[in-house]
Amino acid sequence: MTVLTETVDTTARAIEAGLFTWPAEQPRLIGSRCKACGLVTFPSTSGCSRCTADDTEQYLLATTGELWTWTVQGFRPKSPPYEGPVDFTPYLVGYVALPGEVKVETLIVGVGLDDVKIGMPMELVIVPFHSSVTDDALVTFAFQPVSAARPAVFTTAANPSNTGA
Amino acid sequence: MSDVAIVGVGMHPFGRHDISGMEQGAFAARAALADAGAQWSDVQYAFGGSAAAGNADTLVSTLGLTGVPFINVSNGCATGGSALISAYNAIKAGAADVVMVIGFDKHPRGAFDPQPSDYGIGDWYGQTGMMLTTQFFGMKIQRYMHEFGITRETLAKVAAKAFHNGSLNPNAWRRAPMTEEQILESTMIANPLTQYMFCSPGEGGVGLVLANTDVASKFTDKPVLLRSAVLRSRPFGSFEVFNPSLADQRGNSPSVAAAKAAFEQAGVGPDEVDVVQVQDTESGAEVMHLAECGFIEDGGQEDLIRSGATQLDGSLPVNTDGGCLANGEPIGASGLRQVYESVVQLRRQGGARQVKNEVKTAFTHVYGAPGISACTVLSV
Repeated sequence: MTVLTETVDTTARAIEAGLFTWPAEQPRLIGSRCKACGLVTFPSTSGCSRCTADDTEQYLLATTGELWTWTVQGFRPKSPPYEGPVDFTPYLVGYVALPGEVKVETLIVGVGLDDVKIGMPMELVIVPFHSSVTDDALVTFAFQPVSAARPAVFTTAANPSNTGA
Repeated sequence: MSDVAIVGVGMHPFGRHDISGMEQGAFAARAALADAGAQWSDVQYAFGGSAAAGNADTLVSTLGLTGVPFINVSNGCATGGSALISAYNAIKAGAADVVMVIGFDKHPRGAFDPQPSDYGIGDWYGQTGMMLTTQFFGMKIQRYMHEFGITRETLAKVAAKAFHNGSLNPNAWRRAPMTEEQILESTMIANPLTQYMFCSPGEGGVGLVLANTDVASKFTDKPVLLRSAVLRSRPFGSFEVFNPSLADQRGNSPSVAAAKAAFEQAGVGPDEVDVVQVQDTESGAEVMHLAECGFIEDGGQEDLIRSGATQLDGSLPVNTDGGCLANGEPIGASGLRQVYESVVQLRRQGGARQVKNEVKTAFTHVYGAPGISACTVLSV
């Protein structure tokens, strides 16, 4: 697994503490696991939605999985709560199934509308997120195809050249 | 135990209006009373709600200060359905013989803008652009199409049918028919769903007068029996809106449980239903909800819809008033609109949109965030 830490400002603050390990050489999403039945959730929770037990432990999620479903966000979301670029570009979101763990809802980068496919292998990446509201330079998590060529500039939007939704 | 009848229905047309949501609620309530030949003073209990247009119980200052117990209901997209269930239970429990249900709303233009904290989710979810119902709908039907072979043409057929039915409904918002091509070629909102495959937040009001069947004949010689009214929240493993993660193990949607319970309580099966109203926030929702509610097996919708069965002259007419797609979604009123339309169809008062076949049993289904479903079975 490769994480794009070399191109991300590692001093940038994570968009939310406790969401993923950061800064870290190999960042991981931070979930929780039910001590009674083993159910994995993300983000971490104190209770189990399957067995109703209330004792969970921190669990670092796998960094690779398969794209389970996806869609395009075709219009700029209302702000608040959205803090992405004012100059809007449609972006991809989806769920990545981490085998035996959980399906994580995520921004999808490094692939466009013409090539995105259910079932494609995906890996965790940490990407810059510039808040258009607070002007803070933050980082958030996303997934990209395992074989994706690195876009020259990372944004939270999908490759703008072919997501003209 | 008493049975429950609907003896009066009223609606303020859906769409965009210059009056407040509350006034639309009052209009609908008065229309329902007039339809029942009842007075506001006959009402012994009232339940009502809106998501964005104020407290329903304020309506007493317009309808009359009779001292009636009036309970505000707030349950997201199931607000109307929850008010109806409360009224049903009040009559069943013997707390009242005549009960009013009112739902109304008036939303700003554009997509809903829910805040993550209201759903127990961190701010990051909204900041990074994932707090959108539209994404959920796109992702759910995208997966469903992948698993069960539903095509985009079928999604377009659902929307075209909705706008056709809406064109025949004087209370509908969108009254211009659209071709499948126009629908497919409209702006992409959340792949595979285009602009005209989605409904819009809107305005409107619905009032219903319910009565114990023992006293129903005082109001009407054509009571419609409300045979069941059921609400369920989501079970483990379901795929719902606003979920930063989904369980590895897949489970049923809350609509499966709600519909099953509604049929069991009513003592009828899906095969006995003559007219269906299901939540069609977007085209894919109608497709999937037909299966979740037990009317067809997963994947069977492709042939069902192509055959024309879900049209007004088909064997299983669906969303005969144009559904959410043609009526928009004023949250507090939306689920009650389905019940209103079922009563209209059961009474054969649908005019140009009256279904061709005989209608003895009707079914309604409303679904919304964060994974709730309410169903009813009605009959004459």
